[in-house]
Amino acid sequence: MKNRYSALALAQHALTGKRWSRAWRAAAPRPDYDVVIIGGGGHGLATAYYLAANHGIRRVAVLERAYIGSGNVGRNTTLIRSNYMMAGNTQFFEHSLKLWEGLSHELNFNVMVSQRGQVVLAHGPSQFDVLARRGNIMRLNGIDAELLERGELMRLLPYLDYSDSCRFPIYGGLLQRRAGTVRHDAVAWGYARAADDCGVDIIENCEVTGFVREHDCINGVVTSRGTIGAGRTVISVAGHSSQVAALAGLRLPVESHLLQAFVTEPIKPFVDHVISFGAELFYISQSDKGGLVFGGHIDGFNSYTQRGQFAKVQNVAECAVALIPSISRLRLLRHWAGIQDMTPDGSPFMGRTPLANLYLNGGWCYQGFKATPAAGWCMAHTVAHGEEHPLVRHLSLDRFLQGNGHDEYGHGNWTYKQ
Amino acid sequence: MLIIHCPHCGDRDYTEFRYGGDASKRRPAHGSGDLRAWHDHVFLFDNPKGAHREYWQHVLGCRQWLVAERNTATNEAGRTRLARDGEAP
Repeated sequence: MKNRYSALALAQHALTGKRWSRAWRAAAPRPDYDVVIIGGGGHGLATAYYLAANHGIRRVAVLERAYIGSGNVGRNTTLIRSNYMMAGNTQFFEHSLKLWEGLSHELNFNVMVSQRGQVVLAHGPSQFDVLARRGNIMRLNGIDAELLERGELMRLLPYLDYSDSCRFPIYGGLLQRRAGTVRHDAVAWGYARAADDCGVDIIENCEVTGFVREHDCINGVVTSRGTIGAGRTVISVAGHSSQVAALAGLRLPVESHLLQAFVTEPIKPFVDHVISFGAELFYISQSDKGGLVFGGHIDGFNSYTQRGQFAKVQNVAECAVALIPSISRLRLLRHWAGIQDMTPDGSPFMGRTPLANLYLNGGWCYQGFKATPAAGWCMAHTVAHGEEHPLVRHLSLDRFLQGNGHDEYGHGNWTYKQ
Repeated sequence: MLIIHCPHCGDRDYTEFRYGGDASKRRPAHGSGDLRAWHDHVFLFDNPKGAHREYWQHVLGCRQWLVAERNTATNEAGRTRLARDGEAP
C-alpha cells in the first residue's frame, strides 16, 4: 500500500514533519470501465473493493453524487450484530460479522470495531420463549447467543428499570457478546482508500442522470460529468433506489422512508452494551465520545426530506426514560434522519435485474450498515460471475412473483410497517 | 410537524391519523387471474420524489379515510378529500 498506516509511520511523520498523502485520488471519469457502481456509500465502496481484491476486476468506477461519507453510511446508529433467525438472514449476517471482525487489518484502517455485546430484552414469558428460539437457531448455526434471566440481567445491566411499577417489566434477554459498534465514517474512508489502492476510480460530485440502453441491455451511464461506458452497472444508492431504477424504466418493490437517530450530550462511560428494548423498536448504546445514541422506528409515511417528525423524537425519548429512568435529565444534542428504502417483506434485494448487465443492491430497510462488508462481498461475487452469491439467492428482485417473500418479522406486505 | 387537513375536523397533527399508503394505485378487477397485475398492485411502488397521493385514516377524530396530497421531497401538504367520494374531479 502506497501510504501504509502503522505506529512506525505515525512516529516517522511526527518526527520528520512529512505530510500524509491523500487517502484516495480525486479521479476523473474515463470513457469506459468493466464495472460502474452508482453510489459511493459503504455498500458501493465495499463492492468495488471486493471486486478488485477477491476477483481481480480493477477497471472499476464508483460514482458518488455528493462526497464520500455524505449518505447513510454516516447516518446510522453504527450497530453490528448477527442475531437473525430466518434461514438466509442468519448465515448472511454472520458472514458480515466475521468480516467486521477482521476489517481493520484487511483495510489497514482502524474502523474501531467494538464488540461490546448486544442485549435484546423480553418483557414477558412468551417474548422470552421467542428469544430462546432465536438463540437456539443462532447456536445451531455456530453463532454465539446467551439467554439471560432477570437476575443475570440485573447484574449485567444494573441501571435498567427493574421496579415493580414500570409499564413493561423486564423478564429476561438474549445476549450476543460478539455484537457491538463500529465507527461508521471510518468504514467509508477505509473501503474508499483500500479500493483506490487497488486501482478503483472514486469519482465524487458525479450524478447519474440516465442509462445507456440498447434494447434490454444496459451499456453505461449518463452522468453530470459525461457518458461513461460500463460492461456491468450496479445500483447501490440506498434510499434513492427507486429514483435511479426509474431512469432505467424499472419500478421496484420499494418505498423510501425516514429513520431518525439521536445523540445526547456526552457523559462518563455508563452504557457499556448495546441494548434493544423489547416493548417498542428502540435501542441504545454509548459512543466513544460519551453521547448516548438512540435509534427508533421509521416515521411511518414515505418521505425524502431527511428531516424527521417531532412525534418520533418524543416517542424515542419516552422509550429511553422507560428503560433507563436515570437519564431523564440528559439533553439531546443532535438528531438526524436517513432515507431508507423499505420493502414489502423487510428484506433487501441483491442481484440481477430484468435488464442485462444491470445489478441492484438495495431495499435494505434497517439493516444496511451492519450488512456493509457482506453486501459488498456478495455483490462483487454476483457481478463477477453474473450469478447471485449463494448467501443472497433468497434476495432476488422477483421473489414476490414467485411467492418467496422473506419476512423475518412477519408484518405483512406494508413497507411502512416493517 | 406534518399537518393534515381533515374535511370534517380541520387541520390536525398527523399523529391523529393512520397512514394507508399510496392512493394512486388501481386494484385489478375482482376475479382477475392476472398474477402479474396483482403482484404489481400489491408489491410495486412509484415511490415518487415529489407529488404523492396517499390514504390517511383519522383514527383519533372522525375515523374517515381521506385521500391527501403531499410532496414527499418537502412534506408540504396539499388538498385533502374523503376517500369515499371516489375519484377526484
